[in-house]
Amino acid sequence: MKPPPFEYVRPGSLPEALDALARHGATGRILAGGQSLVPMMNLRLVKPAVLIDINRVPGLAEIRVDGGELVIGALARHAALLGSALVRKHCPLMADAYRWVGHGPIRNRGTLGGNISHADPASEMPAVLAACDATIGVRSAKQSRTIPAAGFFTGALATALAEGEMVTEIRVPLAQPGQGAAWEEAANRKGDFAMAGVGVLVTVAGGKCTHAAIGVAGMAKPGTRLSATEKRLVGTALDAAAIAAAARAAREEVRPSTSYHADATYKRELVETLAARALAAARDRAR
Amino acid sequence: MALIPINVTVNGTRFERAVEPRRLLADFLREDLDLKATHIGCEHGVCGACTVLVAGEAVRSCLTFAVQADGCEVRTADGLAQAGKLSPLQQAFWEKHGLQCGYCTSGMMMVASELLERNARPTKAEIEEAVSSNLCRCTGYYNIVESVQRAVELMQEGAK
Ligand SMILES: Cc1cc2nc3c(=O)[nH]c(=O)nc-3n(C[C@H](O)[C@H](O)[C@H](O)COP(=O)(O)OP(=O)(O)OC[C@H]3O[C@@H](n4cnc5c(N)ncnc54)[C@H](O)[C@@H]3O)c2cc1C
Repeated sequence: MKPPPFEYVRPGSLPEALDALARHGATGRILAGGQSLVPMMNLRLVKPAVLIDINRVPGLAEIRVDGGELVIGALARHAALLGSALVRKHCPLMADAYRWVGHGPIRNRGTLGGNISHADPASEMPAVLAACDATIGVRSAKQSRTIPAAGFFTGALATALAEGEMVTEIRVPLAQPGQGAAWEEAANRKGDFAMAGVGVLVTVAGGKCTHAAIGVAGMAKPGTRLSATEKRLVGTALDAAAIAAAARAAREEVRPSTSYHADATYKRELVETLAARALAAARDRAR
Repeated sequence: MALIPINVTVNGTRFERAVEPRRLLADFLREDLDLKATHIGCEHGVCGACTVLVAGEAVRSCLTFAVQADGCEVRTADGLAQAGKLSPLQQAFWEKHGLQCGYCTSGMMMVASELLERNARPTKAEIEEAVSSNLCRCTGYYNIVESVQRAVELMQEGAK
């Protein structure tokens, strides 16, 4: 179908964009890559009265290192992040997971800020950012604040963004020596939405796991961590038995949704297999 | 809704038009400019039949508003043939039977155009990954992949 009518605003700067959001916050929406919003408009699932197109706002797509953090502008495209040497070096979990996000033409337009604001439970990046303890930088015309990724995602297609607020940047702590990362996923075809995805970060020191973080995609809520399973891993040698036990625990801990191609039981099975693979790969990379 | 004036260069020709904000780039090309090579399949970004190049990048024209292309260079499959002569990509699709019903073909060729411009000698796996963004329900993709491989050969012969 065709999208419903709307008024189009194209701010040339961040203050202009925030102004427009303050004016139209209740009925307006930001247009970033358009790769989730425009399908929903074409399907008439949403009918925003005003679209605020941020694509020409300068300085919003940077990828840089600032102190101990990788800083990613909200408008950084999936394609730029997939190809970024900084991301590969400082957030290998994101680099690994991005191989699974959409197809070339989707990645040319889609943005990280739009992706997390959309908060699709099947999306990879909410799980990645939760596992990495990233923070989300948010601004309105009046104030700016920082939200931990774990608190940003409040439910399927729901975030902690208030009316008039937009995401401006994402901050990820830099990967440390001794850390290993891996993303494993099952999708119908590579580039389709995940049936289940598991992202793992482990830190190994003196042959023992000192920190573990597991984020899952394809479950009921985006950006979910498996904290009980993580606790089981700390102190183990991440040997085959520890990994198998953790993978079984992950299977129980997830809260799967049912989707067209995968019911909840199947998703649990996927999670066990994917978690075992991701844990082993992350452990090997941590050495 | 008030119309918004835009100017867009399509396949080298500059067009000035006024559009409704909700006008999709796909409809702008087909209806306002009468350039019918760009096909519309699913209208939610999944099938890729409407893929065009904007500023050299492959994008879904069903997920892009025409107003967003204001000031941009757009390329469509209408512009592939030069002076009535098939481009190497078109020639290759013809030789290798890269199409059956033809509905996905223009989108496939635009995805392949982007790939070949970035990477003059893609591997088979790279070609497969690129064309997997678009749906073809006839060919099973074998002939499409072979067509892109053949286009690589033709372009190299042409460059000699
Ligand atoms: C065929 C297809 C396959 C896909 N496959 C995947 C996949 O495998 N994995 C995956 O994760 N995604 C996938 N996607 C979705 C894609 O990643 C989108 O790019 C992403 O979900 C939304 O980002 P966007 O920049 O396109 O945002 P838009 O579509 O422009 O916006 C999405 C929502 O976020 C809001 N928004 C945008 N930017 C901001 C901001 N800075 N601050 C506040 N709100 C904002 C908008 O108002 C809107 O509500 C796919 C999409 C398609 C069409």
